[in-house]
Amino acid sequence: MKHVGLGLVLISMTACSRTEIAPETSIPQNELQSGYAFLTAETQALQDDAFENPGFLWVDRGERLFQSVASTEPSCLTCHENGLDGVAASFPKLDPETGELINLEGRINACRTRHQGLPPLAYESEDLLSLTAYIAHQSNGDPISVDVSGDAAPYYELGLDYFITRRGQFNLSCQQCHTENWGKQLRGDTISQGHGNGFPAYRLEWQSLGSLQRRLRDCDTGVRAEPLPYGDPTYVAVELFLAARAQGLEAESPAVRR
Amino acid sequence: MAAIRLAVPDTAQRGEVIEIKALIQHPMESGFRRGSRGEVIPRNIITRFECRYNGALVFASDFQPAIAANPILTFHTVATETGELEFKWTDQNGEAWSEIATITVT
Amino acid sequence: MMMAKTFQLDRRRFLAGSGSAVLITSLPQMSHASEADLLRARTELFGDRTIQEGRVTVTLPPIAENGHSVPLTVAVDSPMTETDYVRQIVILSPRNPLPLIGQFHLTPRSGKALVSTRIRMSGTQAIQAIAEMNDGSLYSGSMETVVTLAACVVL
Ligand code: HEC
Ligand code: HEC
Repeated sequence: MKHVGLGLVLISMTACSRTEIAPETSIPQNELQSGYAFLTAETQALQDDAFENPGFLWVDRGERLFQSVASTEPSCLTCHENGLDGVAASFPKLDPETGELINLEGRINACRTRHQGLPPLAYESEDLLSLTAYIAHQSNGDPISVDVSGDAAPYYELGLDYFITRRGQFNLSCQQCHTENWGKQLRGDTISQGHGNGFPAYRLEWQSLGSLQRRLRDCDTGVRAEPLPYGDPTYVAVELFLAARAQGLEAESPAVRR
Repeated sequence: MAAIRLAVPDTAQRGEVIEIKALIQHPMESGFRRGSRGEVIPRNIITRFECRYNGALVFASDFQPAIAANPILTFHTVATETGELEFKWTDQNGEAWSEIATITVT
Repeated sequence: MMMAKTFQLDRRRFLAGSGSAVLITSLPQMSHASEADLLRARTELFGDRTIQEGRVTVTLPPIAENGHSVPLTVAVDSPMTETDYVRQIVILSPRNPLPLIGQFHLTPRSGKALVSTRIRMSGTQAIQAIAEMNDGSLYSGSMETVVTLAACVVL
């Protein structure tokens, strides 16, 4: 394993001239690796254990919510009797009704407001995390496969732009860490390729399940940049770019991460 | 906030030592953490877990803040008779939850 | 009270040790118990009774990626019969904010003196387990784990 101290990483990264625009160097398909590959055997074992993986507490709860009926409105199950196998692996996608890009959380809330007469669930609320995890888990093992053509293309560009733009006091882009320096040590942590295929994921650091956007906010905060608010359209676009960049990688929510 | 996952064998032979697992959804907030504004996040933990087999206490545990969030326990008991295993967990304020699993002993 | 006293010192030590300001507020307050606190906890629980080393096996991963959740298994060498069994297992830390981590109460009906859970560890340390037998005798075992609390915790 390549070992580089934070100092080294930061120096080598910031040594590049500031005006230089990072090229879009995507990771070749045969080198794509899930964040799982960068965990210790113990943490991998926790993710693999269908009983002990704490993420399943949320999956279980999501299943109950999916079936439960709020007032006179139909349950999610009523309209989605055949389950939602493989669906999460195709998100984010354009909302056929508004034409806007939505992620899985946005889709769940759209169904609540449009089809159940219920208010949207707050980001990171136990209920939204649980429903998201329940649906995401049904794509477990499916290859990530998003559509970035047509009207989705501008969103992809927006996500790409966010990914390669340097930000924060550390003046680092996502690209620099996750495309150019993956596999290297960053102060006790190993930088992965930065894929979203495990989310919602149980992070030991959070001691809870959390959404992909919570992870993005952590990365932005990590470089001392102001994170975007939950649900921000730019983060949804970043999710799309991440999924396109991870195209073909297997979905594995609920993953366990450091 | 009272979800539990239980792994208890459906059937066992009399005298067999069976493994039991319980995973409880709970933040186990230690009381040693600070929030974003520097305020101490108050302690909120489960303090007691008990397993009764047809009414008899076979295993119990007292938790302190150093038991990890979403606590998991693996322990054992001797399969003695067909019946119920009752799991009960209580938080620091005395609020309690319970769940039952049945086992058939042959 | 003891915690308030050690807080400042340990906080400083932690900051120095991590060598950077990339620390977030969600970190536990780094107030640690010490070996002396562990001994005090032992005395509170068992008075001055003799604790012999042996019969207790503590298993932890050699390296824990994150101190928030470290798998712990304790096995005690005991037949677990009506006349010879482990009454309780006590888990102690020399470095957490509180020395007592948890207690497991066993009975002859437990069948096997083998328990597992996941614990919090604020730093590298040797976790100690003490088993109290039904005749009142006490045995202990311990194991050390290196905790690489992802230093750059935000990331
Ligand atoms: C200073 C380096 C750094 C920068 C810049 C950075 N990250 Fe991260 N990121 C990390 C580290 C460290 C982790 C945790 C370990 C890992 O999985 O890589 C992480 C984790 C992730 C993960 C979770 C991967 C997994 O499998 O759990 C995603 C997704 C991610 N980053 C996306 C981004 C995005 C998008 C950006 C830009 C907005 C970004 N990161 C910026 C260092 C960085
Ligand atoms: C009254 C019927 C109805 C209810 C109730 C309902 N949905 Fe939907 N849902 C739909 C329809 C119709 C679509 C398809 C929208 C489209 O793509 O045109 C949909 C789409 C979805 C999708 C995306 C499917 C895909 O292939 O992209 C998800 C995920 C989803 N719903 C989840 C939920 C959840 C979770 C609930 C409960 C909170 C729920 N739905 C409740 C009707 C419903």
